[in-house]
Amino acid sequence: MDWLKLGSALVLGLMLVVLFPRAKQMLTQSPKGSGDDWRAFLIPIALVAGFVVLLIMMV
Amino acid sequence: MNQGYAVARPRESVLATNKVIRNTYTLLSMTLLFSALMAGVSMAVQPPPMTQLLTVGGAFLLIWLVLPRTANSASGLLTVFGITGLLGFGLGPMLNYYLAMANGPQVVATALGGTGVIFLGLSGYALTTRRDFSFLGGFLFVGFLVVLAAALANIFLAIPALSLTISAAVIMIMSGFILYDTSRLINGGETNYVLATISLYLSIYNIFVNLLALLGIMSGDD
Repeated sequence: MDWLKLGSALVLGLMLVVLFPRAKQMLTQSPKGSGDDWRAFLIPIALVAGFVVLLIMMV
Repeated sequence: MNQGYAVARPRESVLATNKVIRNTYTLLSMTLLFSALMAGVSMAVQPPPMTQLLTVGGAFLLIWLVLPRTANSASGLLTVFGITGLLGFGLGPMLNYYLAMANGPQVVATALGGTGVIFLGLSGYALTTRRDFSFLGGFLFVGFLVVLAAALANIFLAIPALSLTISAAVIMIMSGFILYDTSRLINGGETNYVLATISLYLSIYNIFVNLLALLGIMSGDD
């Protein structure tokens, strides 16, 4: 196990510990989205996914 | 009197929102340029590969400990440039690594251009539709935590397919954060342009780094 791996694990572990309470709070406080809201989110995200595939095919 | 206030208040609110949006995009442009400059410096001085880890750790500590205390004062701007400068400097060894590949310049340019197109496209979509994406907050945060946990596990497991999946997932989650953060700017959910800038900067940074990793692996020369 090298220092780079140990350091990366430490930074990621610290991020998880710090962000966990925030995520829990966000999950309980976020308003619920309607089907229309989720569609308005999923369409651009699907376009991003398609765009990334296109970039992969280009290189 | 009350009626006059009721009419005047939304106008003030719209003006304040427009000011936050303008300040956010101005500061974001400046931090991206500063970050690119620091990446250039880092590429020239060729620091060891450990640099990225140290700069990410340093930037995380600044975001966690310093930014909440300085975000409402002028020193918040210094903190923002400190964070973005550190993250930019950390990109140097990675960019040098990819540029040394046979089609490295093409991979880096594609990742840079691709990140720009994704950011401008999603920002344009959120700004023109003016939709409220505040419902995404919990979903995106939990998704990000799951990805962090998977990345932590993959440090020890070292599964290439999991690396690819993590990079793809980070791009999707950060794209969601761009919609979420932009919608918060438009709808008055975020009134501090320093915090808004850091949120958008981190999304752009993560999309670029993970798109670069994805393109680097998939180009077949990694």
